[in-house]
Amino acid sequence: MEQAPPDLERQWQPAPLEPLGHADAGLQAAVGEEAEGSRDEVPGDGTEHALGLGVLMTENNFGLKKIEISVSEAEKRTGRNAMNMQETYTAYLIETRSVEHTDGQSVLTDSLWRRYSEFELLRNYLLVYYPHIVVPPLPEKRAEFVWHKLSADNMDPDFVERRRIGLENFLLRVASHPILCRDKIFYLFLTQEGNWKETVNETGFQLKADSRLKALNATFRVKNPDKRFTELKHYSDELQSVISHLLRVRARVADRLYGVYKVHGNYGRVFSEWSAIEKEMGDGLQSAGHHMDVYASSIDDILEDEEHYADQLKEYLFYAEALRAVCRKHELMQYDLEMAAQDLASKKQQCEELATGTVRTFSLKGMTTKLFGQETPEQREARIKVLEEQINEGEQQLKSKNLEGREFVKNAWADIERFKEQKNHDLKEALISYAVMQISMCKKGIQVWTNAKECFSKM
Amino acid sequence: MDMNSFSPMMPTSPLSMINQIKFEDEPDLKDLFITVDEPESHVTTIETFITYRIITKTSRGEFDSSEFEVRRRYQDFLWLKGKLEEAHPTLIIPPLPEKFIVKGMVERFNDDFIETRRKALHKFLNRIADHPTLTFNEDFKVFLTAQAWELSSHKKQGPGLLSRMGQTVRAVALSMRGVKSRPEEFMEMNNFIEVFSQKINLIDKISQRIYKEEREYSDEMKEYGPIHILWSASEEDLVDTLKGIASCIDKCSKATEKRMCGLSEALLPVVHEYVLYSEMLMGVMKRRDQIQAELDSKVEALTYKKADTDLLTEEIGKLEDKVECANNALKADWERWRHNMQNDIKSAFTDMAEENIQYYEQIRNRGLEKSNSLYDLT
Repeated sequence: MEQAPPDLERQWQPAPLEPLGHADAGLQAAVGEEAEGSRDEVPGDGTEHALGLGVLMTENNFGLKKIEISVSEAEKRTGRNAMNMQETYTAYLIETRSVEHTDGQSVLTDSLWRRYSEFELLRNYLLVYYPHIVVPPLPEKRAEFVWHKLSADNMDPDFVERRRIGLENFLLRVASHPILCRDKIFYLFLTQEGNWKETVNETGFQLKADSRLKALNATFRVKNPDKRFTELKHYSDELQSVISHLLRVRARVADRLYGVYKVHGNYGRVFSEWSAIEKEMGDGLQSAGHHMDVYASSIDDILEDEEHYADQLKEYLFYAEALRAVCRKHELMQYDLEMAAQDLASKKQQCEELATGTVRTFSLKGMTTKLFGQETPEQREARIKVLEEQINEGEQQLKSKNLEGREFVKNAWADIERFKEQKNHDLKEALISYAVMQISMCKKGIQVWTNAKECFSKM
Repeated sequence: MDMNSFSPMMPTSPLSMINQIKFEDEPDLKDLFITVDEPESHVTTIETFITYRIITKTSRGEFDSSEFEVRRRYQDFLWLKGKLEEAHPTLIIPPLPEKFIVKGMVERFNDDFIETRRKALHKFLNRIADHPTLTFNEDFKVFLTAQAWELSSHKKQGPGLLSRMGQTVRAVALSMRGVKSRPEEFMEMNNFIEVFSQKINLIDKISQRIYKEEREYSDEMKEYGPIHILWSASEEDLVDTLKGIASCIDKCSKATEKRMCGLSEALLPVVHEYVLYSEMLMGVMKRRDQIQAELDSKVEALTYKKADTDLLTEEIGKLEDKVECANNALKADWERWRHNMQNDIKSAFTDMAEENIQYYEQIRNRGLEKSNSLYDLT
């Protein structure tokens, strides 16, 4: 894969956009001889994400192979930052395993360390090069929706652990996406430890990024965006708002629940001390106290599981932003198109006016003509010629912009449909598993209190 | 229906009803049934106060009638308690609810406060009625049966306020002395009382704190559930799942309210009563020590021949009887009290455990109901 930079650039262009409704067909072709016996597990249908699998380009860039990705460890490191000051950060070990079809065994093919900022770089690159894709989000940079027991410190081991899981999830999402999985930079992210940052930066993707200001401007001024994108934007705003609210209140509920359970633990201590002076009640008090301790400490595991549920919701909270990014890109392209059309129309009109000699619109030329006298026919001819050239160019550009815009809408919408299905599936599962968590919490509660009741009744 | 447990507020669970019956070892011998209800506010130019209606039903011969209805205010209860303590210094008199609630800005006449007090007063009178000795006390009878003016004139008899105050000062001095010569069994008793008092106070605080935390938890759940309904408005495919979860959360909130109710009916009043009992016990211990000290000081006087020996010897003889009576009375009552305490604590905590079991069962059942229907859909 070591080739001269210009060729690399070509390779890094997004793959030709296939109608994603039949993405499987394209990928199946690529998978080719690798896929014997696994036709039913085609990438992009969501199954392998759940299995922790993804696909990746093989080394000869010919086909796709099945891989397992895991972010298996996190390590504290110290180093020097850009300003030569010492800093502490966490590095994550990414291990890639190739899955052999014949016996299902996996072989470790790559293993390297990355820090959070490199993940950010990867994602920013993907955002620029795949604006029509709903790019999977990263786990949060800083802990939010914290309830009192959780630390808001980035170095806290629980936070690091949850971030490790989030980063693994991110990589799996990318690896199981029918288009993103083929990206070269993504491949290098997983396989080339040194020099990767330089390689990404050499793509010049930062320059290709649309400026925030431009995007904002377009959002306000676009006249005819595709209605579906406008609705999608509203939907993503609602999604973000409702999930934030839910997470905030959930954190408060967790706090309160923690309080209820932990205060019961105090019974344990006091019962134990009391049992010392009681002859008949002593045993009952003592053992009941033990169950109160069990009850109080059971909340820790319960809330840890709930934190995992909160992380699942958070992923979709951040996905809302990814949806908005696609909408913004559409608005930008549409606005660009409208501006180009407007420009073309005005040039055509100017041309017509010059040719027929009528001035319907105000122009500086018209004014100067009035002030300084008419221009010569030669001058007029020259101007008409220039305008005609510009009009030609403009028509070509408009045509291609139109095509681009339509392609974008088609492909973006296809990925959005894919995303919608993924979201419905994932959220439903998360919600159901939350309900199951609550039921299991009740079972534990019944168990503990039944035991306690027995002890009390024997006092 | 057992008349002893009659109250305007029907007990919420069969278990707490049984709780109210458990005052006496032999319930079939009960012949005195008392209820306290109908708090009423009275406003005069000087003050505002609450009276409670007291209904007594009895088959005892010494009572003029078989049914009595009177109105009493808190002051009257205080008087009764004072008289009982006077007459039986080493018996364990049931505690009265506090005069004021210290914590929080609770108005004297807020509904919860009045209801809690009414229940405690009801318990107070019934405990006296169930006590083998106190039940036959004359002042108790007057309290239950006399009309208002009769009670006032009855109160005026007996040692005045000033003489009672004088006794207290002397008593304190004496009790210090009595501690030193306390017999072994009373040392043990005192040790128990000290530890028990400490622990029951802690349990009272813990239980109150749990109540408070549950209240705040329930409040948060009330906000938590509706968010899922709101969300379902923008998610076609998730409507049923989200509504299912909202329903479970709602059930949880309601079940928590019920659990809190159970706590405040069964556990909190019992624990609090025993907090007051522990203070009472310390008072009983002191009085026993005072009586002992009276004897000891006379014996000492005899040893040093400080006064007329014949008179002293006679007084000592009387005091020895007094001490023996007091000690025996306390010993017997102590056993009785220990036994009742064990039963009361046992059933209060068993009730609490049962409330918690039901709480989790309710939520679990709603959860299972909802998830089963969701699995059917998928």
